[in-house]
Amino acid sequence: MSDRLPPLDPCVKMDIQSLLDGLEQYRPRRHGWTWRTAVPGQKMYEFTYHETSEPLKQSVPLPAAHYFDNIDPQPDCVVTTEIASGRPEDDIRRMRMAAWHGADHIMVIRTAGQSHIDGLLEGTPEGVGGIAVTRKQCRLTRRALDLIEDEVGRPINYHSYVSGVAGPEIAVMFAEEGVNGAHQDPQYNVLYRNINMYRSFVDAAVAKHVMAAAGILQIDGAHNANATAVRAWKVMPELLVQHAINCAYSRSVGMPAEQIALSTVPPDAPPAPCMRMDLPYAIALRDLFGEYKMRAQQNTRYMEADGREATVSHVLNLMISRLTSADIQSTITPDEGRNVPWHYNNVAAINTAKQSLVGMDGLREVVRIDRENPELKDRVRELKERAVLFLEAMIADGGYFAGVEDAYFVDSGEYPETHDDGIARDSQGGVAEGTIVPRADDYMAPVCHHFGENHLPEGFRGRAFGEAAPCDLIGGCTLCDDSKVPFVDELDPEDNMNARLAATAEMRERGLIKPEVEWAGDGIVAVTMFLPVSDRIAEAAALEIGRSMNLSDCEVINRQVMHPAEGTLIELKGRLDVTIDPATLVIPDLPEVLTDEEIRDFVHERGLKAVAATVGEDEHSVGMREIIDIKHGGLEKWGFGVTYLGTSVPVEKVLDAAIEHAASIVLISTIITHGDMHRRNMEKLADLAAEKGVRDKLILIAGGTQVTDELACSWGMDAGFGRKTHGIDVASFVVKTMRERGM
Amino acid sequence: MAREDTFREARKHLEGLSDEALEARFWSLAQQCVDPLVELARTHTSPSIERSVLMRMGVDSRTSMAVVSECETRGFLGHGAGHAVYLCMQAWSCDAPAAAARLAAGEGWDLVAEKFGGAR
Repeated sequence: MSDRLPPLDPCVKMDIQSLLDGLEQYRPRRHGWTWRTAVPGQKMYEFTYHETSEPLKQSVPLPAAHYFDNIDPQPDCVVTTEIASGRPEDDIRRMRMAAWHGADHIMVIRTAGQSHIDGLLEGTPEGVGGIAVTRKQCRLTRRALDLIEDEVGRPINYHSYVSGVAGPEIAVMFAEEGVNGAHQDPQYNVLYRNINMYRSFVDAAVAKHVMAAAGILQIDGAHNANATAVRAWKVMPELLVQHAINCAYSRSVGMPAEQIALSTVPPDAPPAPCMRMDLPYAIALRDLFGEYKMRAQQNTRYMEADGREATVSHVLNLMISRLTSADIQSTITPDEGRNVPWHYNNVAAINTAKQSLVGMDGLREVVRIDRENPELKDRVRELKERAVLFLEAMIADGGYFAGVEDAYFVDSGEYPETHDDGIARDSQGGVAEGTIVPRADDYMAPVCHHFGENHLPEGFRGRAFGEAAPCDLIGGCTLCDDSKVPFVDELDPEDNMNARLAATAEMRERGLIKPEVEWAGDGIVAVTMFLPVSDRIAEAAALEIGRSMNLSDCEVINRQVMHPAEGTLIELKGRLDVTIDPATLVIPDLPEVLTDEEIRDFVHERGLKAVAATVGEDEHSVGMREIIDIKHGGLEKWGFGVTYLGTSVPVEKVLDAAIEHAASIVLISTIITHGDMHRRNMEKLADLAAEKGVRDKLILIAGGTQVTDELACSWGMDAGFGRKTHGIDVASFVVKTMRERGM
Repeated sequence: MAREDTFREARKHLEGLSDEALEARFWSLAQQCVDPLVELARTHTSPSIERSVLMRMGVDSRTSMAVVSECETRGFLGHGAGHAVYLCMQAWSCDAPAAAARLAAGEGWDLVAEKFGGAR
């Protein structure tokens, strides 16, 4: 195919221009949703997993993975990330980062206002809180995701929204462009977007029918009732009703059960005893909707600016997923309570999910929900009964449309309790009111996968009926013949991706470095500080400190009282107008390490010995232990014979021991002291060795958290090792140096 | 209308139902709720639906918008915008995008009116 681009190189940034070149010819290589491939009883490192899927070809594992041979087990469920930078060219870079951490469902948030546009947008205008969903944007994204999924070795589902007034058109465009999943729920339009209810449902039938044909996984919109409810714990019966209406409607217009996913959120969060409150709901939901997929979303209703608090709530949500079930685990970024999500917070949220799901692998086999517990059992039953009462009453009052007019939905009472504060919509009002028309007796649409009355000529019911397809009337439709799909490029000469890319072209071409959180070159940095004053004073002081740091557009994004008088934690963001040219940077070379085998052979041949000690008046031994002990991957691992002399050892004694044991390596550990003891100890060790005539027989090494190689060498050592040194670094250095010196 | 929580009294008729029967009732009520909505959708169309038909015929979004707007103005939407394009394709022996482009430019509406009759 003409649109095949060379594979991505993990060491090279994605080239936006090459993705744009020939985009008009690009066609998606597959349609429909892809689930992960579960691997029951998967063995990785020393562990067996019960709920994981095929591993990635390339990924970034969790930070602690280096203790576990760098394994990166992937949970069995699809993991979602939501991306909303407002610029497709920046979104796709974030998608790549997200995929490397384990996201395989990329949901792109739409710009504010798109749901009220009666028609398709085209090109790449900049959005607010999301992107303008257009054909070009979808095509560019899908093309980028093809490369990214090949890089990580797992299919990635691309997802957007078939909501708003232009649902049927968007559904067709998504079907044509290989979008894999989409939100579609006419109730969302009615309740939250005030789109006319008749129009919403009439449009939804056609949109859903097209989605079904294209294999697009549908996610409903019920979670919004949770996010908007006054008291989220009261909304549970209604959530069941909303899910049921969308499921029953979808099935009735031709969508198969396996393509329908429920967007479900544990409604509550601490300080409520949320697990005990939300579990009965999660169970009632899964009892009633057993044939549908569960897309477990995380709570946004009770999210504040504190990322830690949000993360803990989300981990509790994940526990409900693991104790019940989730086909898709959605994630909410921990900064969503304070701003439009930043790059690294997407990654943080994905890792929260991966870490928790893998950590709870197989948990439900040993910790089971007690379905016979009276409180739980009664509450599960009660929620179902309340939902049934809701439906009975709505039907008695005239049906769904009448129910919406009567403000049945999003009431803060738990049905049948009502507080008369639900959302009421007028059937004769709302956006696009009066725009549906009855289909005439000769209504005809000569295309495939069209829902509803369609008076096609005789013999055109479709291939499934052994007759001609409707689109045979016109020589094929775009859903049957991909080559008929038109491409529309930019319509606005200024508000488009090319203009934005031109503004940052120099940065990209010269590889200049500027901090960013959302857009290339946005310059945003965050500063965390503790100020020993009350919160309002701290906030004002922080803004002043930000200005002193040369930050512009400073804003406090989180403040938390540590004590009313003693102090406040402040997180501040600001714009830093600094650009670094990497050509000007001096970056020390990484020490090259040798293979285990090479070191072991060298050490065995020579029977190498080392003496080690913490010198000066220092009682620390942890760092030295890390370097020498076999259990920490230290020198003993390769067969070095190590004699550890202890702490606070005088350097004379260290040298005597080296001579006595016929050691060729001397390791001293030291802390940096105000009295310069570290320097004097190193110099003394080197001088004594020279005096005794053994300097050229010994490799002298100093280590410590603040030791640098440069300083240690200037004080007579052969090497200095600082923080983050591992046994392998020291062992490699010893072998290489002995070879160089012919020792 | 605000109402106290009447659950204890209101549930009396559900009390005797098994869990299975309660769940079956839930789904039958849900179906009852959506049946009239499905019927409404089956028998109606909208500008977006008609544009989605034209898109499936290979017509680009701007042209679809122009043709459907004209259909609305002339009261032809209920016959199907795709139907209008189809009539012109036959009359002009051209493909759908070409017919739609000519309709968008103002041609052919007399031909469509002849078939569909005057505006409703």
